[in-house]
Amino acid sequence: MVQLTLPKNSRMTVGKTWPKPEGAKNLRKVQIYRWNPDDGKNPRLDTYWVDMDSCGPMVLDVLIKIKNEIDPTLTFRRSCREGICGSCAMNIDGRNTLACIFGTDEIRGDIKIYPLPHMPVVKDLIPDLTHFYAQHASIMPWLETKTNRPAKEWRQSIEDRKKLDGLYECVMCASCSTSCPSYWWNGDKYLGPAALLHAYRWLIDSRDEATGERLDQLEDPFKLYRCHTIMNCAKTCPKGLNPAKAISHIKKMMVERHV
Amino acid sequence: MRYLTDRKRAEGKGAGHSGTEHHWHMQVSAVGLALIVPTFLYVFGSALGGTHDEVLATFARPIPAILTGLVLVFGLLHFKNGAQIMIEDYWRGTTRKAALMFTTAFTYGLIATGLFALAKMAL
Repeated sequence: MVQLTLPKNSRMTVGKTWPKPEGAKNLRKVQIYRWNPDDGKNPRLDTYWVDMDSCGPMVLDVLIKIKNEIDPTLTFRRSCREGICGSCAMNIDGRNTLACIFGTDEIRGDIKIYPLPHMPVVKDLIPDLTHFYAQHASIMPWLETKTNRPAKEWRQSIEDRKKLDGLYECVMCASCSTSCPSYWWNGDKYLGPAALLHAYRWLIDSRDEATGERLDQLEDPFKLYRCHTIMNCAKTCPKGLNPAKAISHIKKMMVERHV
Repeated sequence: MRYLTDRKRAEGKGAGHSGTEHHWHMQVSAVGLALIVPTFLYVFGSALGGTHDEVLATFARPIPAILTGLVLVFGLLHFKNGAQIMIEDYWRGTTRKAALMFTTAFTYGLIATGLFALAKMAL
């Protein structure tokens, strides 16, 4: 049966509480998941106090301030700071989102930050996304054609291009897949919302000529049909996309092949 | 520790090329049951509280008997397919296979028992 409790070496312990900065008036309590693979200890929840008067508005600003001024050992991924790269996906205030576009003013009370749920942790807030990326690669996220390459370009009508809106914007941050209970229980086989959204993006691309092969590869009780339309993916997506809708369209295409 | 590439782990044994029929059957039976279950509940409810002979007379009529038979067969097949999804979600390995076999046998057993009881009442 699926494992419903954390293994002993993954259970949370009480972490260090860092001192409050002197003279600060607008303090915010921030609790962050910490785990170091090198010290052999269990994960802990460290508490920091951040002076919000000298800090930017986003959660990523808070993390960078903590790393720069309080605790340089805090480890997290970040890059673009504007919701394009998808690097800083983490669980903030119980929701998977991008730290760079999630404002601290959207959180009531203490700010609690954990890595993306149900993924192996590399260190602190960094999840191991190796399997997630391999699943994405398995759906062939590129244009597959059989016709000879045209002299200039593969043409697409404005209407057909519009069909890709709401799909191409995905930044592969893994917020959706790691919020999906089906992906938690069967992530080894189930492709998850992100990979399936990308699969649909190529399935409905008017220029792609491998629709049948793509559907063949997806037709599986686990790869596709573990989606039970729970909708956590659509609720959590920081880009406002709807992977569940894309998956339902794939299922519709599957049925159209049979009926 | 097995030295498998990430891609090989992700692709596993490939696609099973099944699942669509199961998905479509669930959709069709859900719509069908949404239509016949309320009617069945009305017939069943109207027979409740009657004497033994009155109940037998109700289920001896063709429409209530056929309706009950349909609910028994398609309701329980829908249950079997739904239970299969839950078992596949939460159970692994041999336990999963054993649970699937048990659920299938249990469902067919219930259908056979129900149809036998219905036949005794209707015929």
